[in-house]
Amino acid sequence: MLKSSQQKLLHAAVITTALLTASAVQAAELVVDQHNKTFVVEGNKVEAITIHVGDTLRFRNDDPFFHNIFSLSDLKTFDLGSFPKGQSKTVTFDKAGMVEVECAIHPEMYMEVTVK
Amino acid sequence: MKTHPTLTRTARKVLFIACLGAAASSVQAAEDYSSFLRPAEIPQPDNNRITTARTELGKMLFFDPRLSGSNWISCGTCHNPTLGWSDGLPTAIGHGMGVLGRATPTILNTAYQPLQFWDGRARSLEKQAVGPIQAAGEMNQNMDELVKELSALKGYRDAFEDAYPGEGITEKTIAKALATYERTIVSTESPFDRWVKGETHAMSKQAQQGFEVFLGKGRCVLCHGGFNFTDNGFHNLGLKNDDDPGRYGIRKVKILKGAFKTPTLRDVELTAPYMHNGAYKTLEEVVDHYNRGGDTKDNLDPNMQPLHLSASEKASLVAFMKALTGEPAPVTLPRLPIE
Ligand SMILES: [Cu+2]
Repeated sequence: MLKSSQQKLLHAAVITTALLTASAVQAAELVVDQHNKTFVVEGNKVEAITIHVGDTLRFRNDDPFFHNIFSLSDLKTFDLGSFPKGQSKTVTFDKAGMVEVECAIHPEMYMEVTVK
Repeated sequence: MKTHPTLTRTARKVLFIACLGAAASSVQAAEDYSSFLRPAEIPQPDNNRITTARTELGKMLFFDPRLSGSNWISCGTCHNPTLGWSDGLPTAIGHGMGVLGRATPTILNTAYQPLQFWDGRARSLEKQAVGPIQAAGEMNQNMDELVKELSALKGYRDAFEDAYPGEGITEKTIAKALATYERTIVSTESPFDRWVKGETHAMSKQAQQGFEVFLGKGRCVLCHGGFNFTDNGFHNLGLKNDDDPGRYGIRKVKILKGAFKTPTLRDVELTAPYMHNGAYKTLEEVVDHYNRGGDTKDNLDPNMQPLHLSASEKASLVAFMKALTGEPAPVTLPRLPIE
């Protein structure tokens, strides 16, 4: 799970931006590293995270081999294709619900993204 | 002369020992390769812990040809312990001598694999175990029939009661017993393991050079990493004339077209022929395949590329793989109940 402090930070970022921006709530971007065949956020292995509608996850490969992040969930189906160390790809989650994110090459890499 | 990394390490080690003024006791290379040793603890689910009664029952079922519809094929027919828990065939032979599309994978160290079958369609050994029994092309057995047949034998009634008291003879307990036996089939100590533990001469110089190629220029470790020499992942290796969808049949993601699970390299010397379709007879042919960077480039795994290995590097890789062969682990066969 995402540590509550991190969640608060993420929420705070969203709230602060909302106060500063007159029009709409600006979306946040969160980096999810692929490290040792696990999903890592700010140095911690995560198997589930909560984000807000409109937020973007940036998947960044930190391993010396390729990963291929995808989801076949109805809410958000995507296939980022394979990418090597140092590269990253983004997905924006535009609807509320739950999305299962996996690596096609390494199915042990699995994460639930709850979009609120 | 080119300085070889192994020699460099040895030199460092000698220097290190000299500085410490330590005795000549053999110390392994500067790098710590202990992550390549098999964890002593065998992973096992809470609802099916390994016990002697369960292992013994599982072994009876594993070697009992009455588990098949023909009463002629046992799990051990294809997963034959005398052939590296495989069958020595390019692809398996099943019910009615029908030739199947994929090679029989070894069951060595399957306890450590999160997904079973070449395409990873079973998430546990319990789920895997009852697949081939019922598959028409494999053992062609009706599960209700099998439960009836086993229940008619006092020897099995007692063995099931010992192993799973009060649970009866069911598809579930058959699966649990078979899974338990399979979990106990683990790799034994190989020359490589003894070398990692510090026996400098346990593995030949050539095999040590092969390990360097394995970790570096050969790019093998990108997929065959860890003690079981597998990433438990799925890759398309660009084999010729192969239209098997592989993992794509389970997960419709482009990269998985023609992708199959990375097999362990432990005891690999004993499990020829190689690849999911048995395309190669020898490890030399396998190394040549990787050295070419695969043959069919359509949807080729991105880790694959031509390696430009020299003849001696290729030979050293094979020597290294052969150093992964464990000590023989004799299998005592059960006496099966006939009434
Ligand atoms: Cu991956």
